[in-house]
Amino acid sequence: MTAPAGAGTPATAPAPSQIEVERRLYRRQRGRRSVVVSAVSTLVVVLVVWFGVVNTPGWAAVQQSFFDPQTAIDTFPQVLLGLWLNIRILVVASIGVAVLGTLLAVVRGLRNPVFFPLRMAATAYTDLFRGLPLIIVLYLVGFGLPGLGVFPRQPPEVWGTIAIVLTYSSYVAEVLRAGMEAVHPSQRLAARSLGLSHAKTLRLVVLPQAVRKVTPALMNDFVSMQKDVGLVSILGAVDAVRSAQIAQAESYNFTPYLVAGLLFVVISLPLIRVTDAIARRQQQREQTGGTV
Amino acid sequence: MTDTSETGATRASRPGDGQEARGASDGSVPVLELRGLRKAFGEHEVLRGIDLTVHRHEVICVIGASGSGKSTLLRTVNLIEGIDDGEVLLQGTDIADPRTDVDAVRARIGVVFQQFNLFPHMRVLDNVTLASRRVHGVPKAEAEATAHRLLARIGLADFAQAYPDRLSGGQQQRVAIVRAIATSPELLLLDEVTSALDPQLVGEVLDLVRELGEQGSTILMTTHEMHFARNVADRIVFLHRGEVVEQGTPADVLDRPQHPALVEFLARVHA
Repeated sequence: MTAPAGAGTPATAPAPSQIEVERRLYRRQRGRRSVVVSAVSTLVVVLVVWFGVVNTPGWAAVQQSFFDPQTAIDTFPQVLLGLWLNIRILVVASIGVAVLGTLLAVVRGLRNPVFFPLRMAATAYTDLFRGLPLIIVLYLVGFGLPGLGVFPRQPPEVWGTIAIVLTYSSYVAEVLRAGMEAVHPSQRLAARSLGLSHAKTLRLVVLPQAVRKVTPALMNDFVSMQKDVGLVSILGAVDAVRSAQIAQAESYNFTPYLVAGLLFVVISLPLIRVTDAIARRQQQREQTGGTV
Repeated sequence: MTDTSETGATRASRPGDGQEARGASDGSVPVLELRGLRKAFGEHEVLRGIDLTVHRHEVICVIGASGSGKSTLLRTVNLIEGIDDGEVLLQGTDIADPRTDVDAVRARIGVVFQQFNLFPHMRVLDNVTLASRRVHGVPKAEAEATAHRLLARIGLADFAQAYPDRLSGGQQQRVAIVRAIATSPELLLLDEVTSALDPQLVGEVLDLVRELGEQGSTILMTTHEMHFARNVADRIVFLHRGEVVEQGTPADVLDRPQHPALVEFLARVHA
């Protein structure tokens, strides 16, 4: 092993010097040590937690009511069917939040005094809906709006989607506004100097850069919304949570809730990884020297 | 609404203001004419009655110490700064008029900044074609053909698909210049385009500016490069405390300065 492989050296590179060979050896040793240390410590923590939980006086009962494999298998199809509703609500709500959130962010960023009332309305909106607990918005929209008797009858999931859009667009608007303010004014200047209108400057220059700056924060809100979609169950929509609740009532076992919970995690994971990858790719091609 | 570049020009002769014939004394309307231009930031008067005429195909270098109002002058022409008094006539139209369609006016003027200000989220090609496509409505293929031709001319054909951050400062600034001229503007404003560049990159940018001047572009630029101004400018304008105190051919202004402020300025620049 005179020339260590995998160091990224091209085949044509000259043989490393004595000093470099020694450095690589040292790095490899350090690398191996780190792996061993982290593996052992992880194992120790897992074992301690495991034995701690298993040796609690009530573990047998808890295991029976939350971790029953047979109940999990039996109720899985039912919960999965409910999850399909969550996914559909999530898709529709995401589009709604993107549109309304962007609109609110843009209105809040308007400088012209003519737009003062509009700007105030947008500010009041974001203040109100960021402060109101989602569950209360759900009740107001889900039971209050239909109660007015002017809207055509809608299934509960439609009202639930509206409530989620109302709440989450206020968060997303604030995140986007922060991103828009982080775009350097010279970018607007350059765009306007080319003759682009205010609207085109926003759409083509400011917003694309703003979204890149706040992608992690937007993802955070998206994942948060993804699981809050489960709250539409309180309006009676038969989603994953509601299906789990029904299954729980039938089986006197809480395992269906755990199944639903795991399914929520499973659908959020790929989204998080994909956006991370997209953000990383954009950064790599648009910014040099991004390693530090 | 009024969104074509022609509209700005037709607004020139609004009946009643009796100024239709302005600038016609020498037979042709100047590309740009400033009359008694005044601008103050609070108490501080930056421009104190500027009179300046830029004719077609002229390259004019504005020189002066920091704070003399050079940059502000260019910014008022591009309607980035409002003015407090005076007139800014673009091809005979008073564009300082509040009824002016500012986007239409800006579409007729190319601007290049000290800090390049390329759009980092767009490829070089998209930077160059943005105004053509989105402001002037040029079809994509045609705009890209023009952009490729211009990029080839400045030796950056291979960078069309690259993002601006991959380019050196000099390359970015040349792309910025190409972006400004891609729509064939009537007037090109260059605001200290080499001030943010390493000394060895200044040359490649100035060579491009020189080439544009030789090909007939009308250029109003501020610069600290006296050598360049001497070789390329048709006229040099010396700005001192918000006033044009001296202007003329490079030889007159640089070799036979009259005003004490200009003498002092040149002594410091040459030192």
